Amino acid sequence: MNAFRRNVLKGAAGAGTVAVAVAAGLLKPTQALAGAPRSAFEAKNVGDAMKSMGVSAPADSKDITIKAPDIAENGAVVPVEITSGIAGTTAIALIAEKNATPLVADFDLSGGTQGFVSTRIKMGQTALIRAVVTAGGKSYTAAKEVKVTIGGCGG
Amino acid sequence: MAEPMRIRATMAGDVADVKVLMNHPMETGQRKDAKTGQLVPAHYITEVTATVGGNTVMKAGLSGGISKNPYLGFKVKGAKAGDKVTVSWVDNKGDKNSADATIG
Repeated sequence: MNAFRRNVLKGAAGAGTVAVAVAAGLLKPTQALAGAPRSAFEAKNVGDAMKSMGVSAPADSKDITIKAPDIAENGAVVPVEITSGIAGTTAIALIAEKNATPLVADFDLSGGTQGFVSTRIKMGQTALIRAVVTAGGKSYTAAKEVKVTIGGCGG
Repeated sequence: MAEPMRIRATMAGDVADVKVLMNHPMETGQRKDAKTGQLVPAHYITEVTATVGGNTVMKAGLSGGISKNPYLGFKVKGAKAGDKVTVSWVDNKGDKNSADATIG
C-alpha cells in the first residue's frame, strides 16, 4: 500500500502513466488501490463472489477471448489466457464456476498494462471458466467450458 | 520461502511481454494428506504486485485456485527496453518475496 502511494507520488512528479490515467479519469484511485476484497475469494459460489466484488449482472461480450484447453487431462494445471479487446480495461477477474471457492484470481491493471493475463489454475471438475472484465466502470463477461478428467483440488 | 522467482521480460514492438514464474506450494487448505488423512493447511499467495520503471502496472489478488508454482503473464504498453520490472508477492502466512529483471 505504501509502496503504491510512493509510486503514485513519483508518477505525479514525473507525469507518469498512472498519474496521467488518474487525471484523465480512466482510473479511479479507489480502483487502483483496492481489487476484489478477500471476502470475494472466500465466497462459495459465483453469485456471492460477484457480489463481494461489487459486480452485478455483467454484460456478455464478444470482445473477451478466453484461451483454455477444451479438455484438461490434469485439473491441477489448466493454462488459461484472457484477452480483453475492450478499451480501457482496468481489471480482469478469473472464475472457475464449480471450484469450492470460484474466484481464482483478480488482476488490477494500470500504467499501460494491456487487457491480457495468462496463468495456470486448478479446477476441481468440468466447469465454465468465466472472465469478468471491468472497463470504464462497467462489467463485461465471457465464459468457456473446460472438461476436466482428473480433478486438481484434492479430495 | 525465499525460493527464487524467475522473471522474463521482452519487448515486442512497443509492448513489453512479462512472464513470471513463482515458487510456491499453493495449498488450498482443502487437500488431505494421503498418509495421515489430515487436511493440509492452506498456504498460498494472496497478492502479487508488479511495477515497471517504478509505476505499478498490475496488482493481482490470488486464491488457492492458482496452480502450484504460479505462472503469470501480462503485457505492458509503453515500457522501454532497459526498464526495471519488479514483482513481489505476499502469502497467507505473511511470507514475502520480491525479484526484479530488466526488460531486454
